[in-house]
Amino acid sequence: MNETIRELLARVGGLPVAVTTLEDGADLYAAGLSSFASVQLMLGLEEAFDIEFPDALLNRRSFASITAIEETVSQILKAREAA
Amino acid sequence: MSLPAFATDMTLGARAHRVAAVAGEFADRVDREGRFPKEAVDAMKAERLLGLQIPIAFGGEGASMTELAEICSILGQACASSAMVFAMHQIKVSSLVEHGSESAWHMDFMRELAARQLLVASATTEAGIGGNMRNSICAIEIAKGAEGDICRLTKDATVISYGLHGDAIMVTSRSHENAAPSDQVMTVFRRGQYTLEKTVDWDTLGMRGTCSDGFLFKGEAPAAQIFPKPFAEIAAQSMLATSHLLWSAVWYGIAADAVLRAQAFVRAAARKAGGTQPPGATRLAEASNLLQLLKANIIAGLKVYADAKADPDQLSSMAFSIAMNNVKLASSETILTIINQAMIICGIMGYKNGTPYSLGRHLRDAHSAQLMISNDRILGNTSTMLLVQKPDTSLIG
Repeated sequence: MNETIRELLARVGGLPVAVTTLEDGADLYAAGLSSFASVQLMLGLEEAFDIEFPDALLNRRSFASITAIEETVSQILKAREAA
Repeated sequence: MSLPAFATDMTLGARAHRVAAVAGEFADRVDREGRFPKEAVDAMKAERLLGLQIPIAFGGEGASMTELAEICSILGQACASSAMVFAMHQIKVSSLVEHGSESAWHMDFMRELAARQLLVASATTEAGIGGNMRNSICAIEIAKGAEGDICRLTKDATVISYGLHGDAIMVTSRSHENAAPSDQVMTVFRRGQYTLEKTVDWDTLGMRGTCSDGFLFKGEAPAAQIFPKPFAEIAAQSMLATSHLLWSAVWYGIAADAVLRAQAFVRAAARKAGGTQPPGATRLAEASNLLQLLKANIIAGLKVYADAKADPDQLSSMAFSIAMNNVKLASSETILTIINQAMIICGIMGYKNGTPYSLGRHLRDAHSAQLMISNDRILGNTSTMLLVQKPDTSLIG
């Protein structure tokens, strides 16, 4: 999952720095992730993992770092398995 | 038993109406001369309206956004420039109240603001950023000083509303020399800690009294005056919502006064018409309908804000941003339609300056609404969020 997220981030994140230089916990907004790019990232994640982000998770915190994105996606996948 | 002969009504509404009376008296002169509404702002200070929002524990009155919106509307009915100065000040104060309570310096500043009725201005726009206040070019520089760290900032600020008249300015910048354009902080600089060199004149169609000239800002202050939270959070959680709501309340005030003037015109015509319906009567009914829509829209927005306020996650959610964007889009567009209707009703008496039905100032002031954060930018922003956000289709939820 980490790799897929990094791949997407590199493709649609529009960051001024190389994604490989970012730690998993690095603040993506501080690294230059714009609100437009964050939506593109969400769309990419929905496609890649075949999920839909519920409204409650569509906030800055859910996408603040690679770790946060992993947690957000895992949470949705887990909820689906439980259903 | 001795009671004072006159007890002054100290309710918020009464205090705001007293300020509005002063603002209204000078509104035409402020507009014509494009000067700062000093009399109105002095009256705001005398009625202690500038510190209203500061929590009671810090010497303010802990006023809610709804109460502030009502005052914006009351002032907007008298002088839109004065009302907008009040609104912009309160927007800055909301950042202090929401994001300053974890920092000793900002808490002290809140106390002083309430005690001394300080007026706070804002420098969020900059030459070269294309109107997107969520990007900065300038970067704050931190250096060791004799009594702790100091910060220095130079900003080519294309707009600082009432910059020369503020007691402090909140300035955005990149958080350090190598930060990305969106990695921003906001810093409070107090008068005496900065210089302003005027670069652009504010000679505009409307809102002339806000004196939103451009300046080259140069400041130096203790680094403790930098807000401890990233500006991105401040923008999302306090600035976006309070701007859209309080601006809308000012605009509602302009439109409400226009409808009042149109109604007075129709009523006078009805008295003379002797039983026949005067020509503007149906249009007045339409304008009244639109004004009610506008009002309902703002009240609904205030309710969404009040409900979300306690929860930072909700404040930074897309649903909330979209709701606030929609309030701004609708009110900024509707007021133009309403005032135009009022103008058609009043005819040449509305078009002329200096009549009881004059609407020129209203119409010119109202034209700023679509441009204060361009509606095109807001539409673009909302349309991006709608790619992933799922709307709540319930009527009352």
